[in-house]
Amino acid sequence: MSGTLDRRAAVAALLRERGEAVVISGLGSPTYDVAAAGDDDLNFPLWGAMGGAAVMGLGLALAQPERPVLVVTGDGEMLMGMGSLATIAAQAPGNLVIAVLDNGLYGETGGQRSHTAMGTDLAAVARGCGIADVRVIETMEGIEALARRVPEPGATGPCFAVLRIAGAEPERVLPPRDAAALLGRTRKALGLSPGI
Amino acid sequence: MDGPRGLGAEAREAAGESGADWPDRIFDVLMEQEVRQVAYVPDGGHARLIRRLHAEPSVRAVPLTTEEEGVALLAGAWLGGQRGALLMQSSGVGNCVNMLSLVRLCRIPLLMLVTMRGEWGEFNPWQVPMGSTTKAALELMDMRVLRAERPEEVGEVVSAAARMAYGGGTPMAVLLAQRLIGAKVFVK
Repeated sequence: MSGTLDRRAAVAALLRERGEAVVISGLGSPTYDVAAAGDDDLNFPLWGAMGGAAVMGLGLALAQPERPVLVVTGDGEMLMGMGSLATIAAQAPGNLVIAVLDNGLYGETGGQRSHTAMGTDLAAVARGCGIADVRVIETMEGIEALARRVPEPGATGPCFAVLRIAGAEPERVLPPRDAAALLGRTRKALGLSPGI
Repeated sequence: MDGPRGLGAEAREAAGESGADWPDRIFDVLMEQEVRQVAYVPDGGHARLIRRLHAEPSVRAVPLTTEEEGVALLAGAWLGGQRGALLMQSSGVGNCVNMLSLVRLCRIPLLMLVTMRGEWGEFNPWQVPMGSTTKAALELMDMRVLRAERPEEVGEVVSAAARMAYGGGTPMAVLLAQRLIGAKVFVK
């Protein structure tokens, strides 16, 4: 469901004190929002694999339990991978935060209404899957509190936040899209070999 | 009952349980290769392996709600420096198709272990459409496919696939023949 938060201001505030967090962004506008906040070796922008952003964050959070992992995605992308919230809840990594930018529409494809504009409540879904720290954020104060949660390991497992953003589509800011190079760049920044 | 992907306490699980110790050979390969995350949608043929993985402290065994989650999960694991393997039944391969873009574009060293249905004495016709196209679907998405037919060759085939995946970065799938596992017996 949409709200009044400016998506670019919200994402910029969320990332301002990101520290050592790795940020995975879901395809479409959330990837542009993260790119607009500045490129970073610890950003992994998705341009596809719809429905996979949150659970990709899970794999990373399990592999790097000391490292904060932030997934920034949209309502449409999250709807496609809703089952992964059950998978994430069952593993319960405290170092994973999922921020869903919810405007109740598919911005990439012509602004069609998404299910969150028709009654689906992603926060209730996350709670129902067993995630304890679930937030619905409508103010910049809420964003700032969420930003403080990112580097702090959660005592009750992951955090799932729905950010109620306005429907406006800002100009696209495109990050690089060579996936292998991006993955190698982030692995290197984590002290790993870029590839096998 | 015919639960998720045909999991049941019937002949199929019995094959993965009793005299057949090939699931232990798969376990040995995963240990040798230092695989740290194993994602799965349950299948009776993988029951013994899944049980062993849950009992192994060096491995995180992650149950999925659908197989494509496992592809994305293990891409994240590799981003974070861990090797992963994905267990499923042949019907789950179709669910993975678009998500395998991640494997191809990110060059994830993925190993998939697929127990086959719909190819040998299959009673349930709903297993046939995906079972008969499993190999082709994987190859369409640039996975290389090996196959094990006999219990004594499972370890060797999985080991060869694991070396290609983790050593060479070639995304690999091993099909474990239904004949090897035993057709599921439905009892009224």
